[in-house]
Amino acid sequence: MSASDAVDATGVSRAEFCAIACAEVFRGDGEVMASAFGTAPALGARLARLTFAPDLVLTDGDAALVDGAPALGARPTELVLESHMPYRKVFDVVWSGRRNLIMMASQIDRTGNQNISAIGDWARPKAQLVGVRGAPGNTINHTTSYWVPNHTTRSFVEQVDVVCGVGYARAASAGPAATRFHQIRHVVSNLGVFDFETPDKVMRVRSVHPGVTIGEIIGATGFELVVPDAVPETRLPTPEELELIRNVLDPRGLRDREVKP
Amino acid sequence: MADKRLTLDELVGELRSGMTIGIGGWGSRRKPMAAVRAILRSDLSDLTVVSYGGPDVGLLCAAGKVKKVVYGFVTLDSVPTDPHFKAARQTGAIEAMEIDEGMFYLGLFAAAQRVPFLPTRAGLGSDVMRVNPSLRTITSPYDDGEELVAMPALRLDAAVIHVNRADASGSGQILGPDPFFDELFLGAAERRFMTTERIIATNQFASEGALQTMCISRLLTDGVVETPGGAHFTACVPDYSRDEVFQKAYVAAAAEPDRWSAFTKEYLEADEAGYQAAIETPDGGAS
Repeated sequence: MSASDAVDATGVSRAEFCAIACAEVFRGDGEVMASAFGTAPALGARLARLTFAPDLVLTDGDAALVDGAPALGARPTELVLESHMPYRKVFDVVWSGRRNLIMMASQIDRTGNQNISAIGDWARPKAQLVGVRGAPGNTINHTTSYWVPNHTTRSFVEQVDVVCGVGYARAASAGPAATRFHQIRHVVSNLGVFDFETPDKVMRVRSVHPGVTIGEIIGATGFELVVPDAVPETRLPTPEELELIRNVLDPRGLRDREVKP
Repeated sequence: MADKRLTLDELVGELRSGMTIGIGGWGSRRKPMAAVRAILRSDLSDLTVVSYGGPDVGLLCAAGKVKKVVYGFVTLDSVPTDPHFKAARQTGAIEAMEIDEGMFYLGLFAAAQRVPFLPTRAGLGSDVMRVNPSLRTITSPYDDGEELVAMPALRLDAAVIHVNRADASGSGQILGPDPFFDELFLGAAERRFMTTERIIATNQFASEGALQTMCISRLLTDGVVETPGGAHFTACVPDYSRDEVFQKAYVAAAAEPDRWSAFTKEYLEADEAGYQAAIETPDGGAS
């Protein structure tokens, strides 16, 4: 990606489009726990909470739920705590379904499977990653989306090496208990936004970030994407949203370290 | 009341090679590291380690103590993965049971309740079922007929946790924000051990924290060991936070055999008092 296409004519950075795209993941949610891994998702959840999804419940990333939407990197003393949420209670929330999550993915595939466990053969991996973590249980119990800050043919693959987060085809093959609460909502990358709103539930281009071409996205994807005849651009932030991102939620500009301007 | 105080050596003396051992804490937080270091110095081997994994798993793998790890993740929190665990997996040195972290919770819960399994949706459709072929599903006996994962009980021969305060009869107090699953590790185990920053008189608990911080009852413990700094280098808030500098040195030392043997020599060969002295006055050998 060259510097010239990172900022569009309106002066909105790519990282800011990513934050807006992540905020959109929470649109229409009522009182659910928003969990967000990565900088753009953390910004997006806070932005949604302060604007169009005011009932969202945010966490402090440790063992508490917080009131309002603290800035990224806020000190613990700056937080207003509203409830105790240790890990054991997090599972109560996960299994109740009252959660909307953006996880990261080392690999993601055409039907929405995600991998954070290992690269290569699981039995003797080329690279051991962190482990499946809560991905199997999350995806089967509540709405899940993904954030991939580095969209390449190595992250967007035909088939993931280890299915951690469960995609549509795998959920369907596991039966009604698996599909009942399963929804992979969006995949947000540094290039665009994707969903599974096709008859056979395979990945579709939902929007491209301004400054990115469809050709670029296709070239960076290791499988055949569904590309509608007319693909919109990821929406612009409102002036209020831009003000919140730049001056309230991320005054230190952490977003630009994740997605280079 | 029984006096359950032990020394670290006595605790390790209760363990046997081949045992399945649960280790409390989460990632690089409130790990019973003094007990782990004592295991490193022992003759124990062929252990199956059950853990919300952090450097406890890495150190035991590095010392060749481990036959198998049961985990949902192994992470150092501020560093995504543990280098020794990574190496052990990539060289095939250990067996692995990798499961969803909620399944892990239910496995401990089932063992603590003395039931063979607990049903859950977690795992359905994922490769957790493929890489653990011993896992079974069960069909609901009720009208819904749902097919769910039957998470088997994770029964432990022994468990070790680390808490902020304890008394001599084995009640424990966790002053940090998250008790994690420590209670369930103890509940799932035959022999139950707790290390603590400080052993205090029972009547001092109330001045340390509110009733809900007194979360480990003596019904759950067989032995308690006072190990000040016993969670180092993992976090043990509010007593101390993670020693990020030391953790970085641990990660860096793992990169080369020479540096790892220097690190081992400097920090891990002496007893716990020697370790605590070495981290007070680092001579730079590990960095």
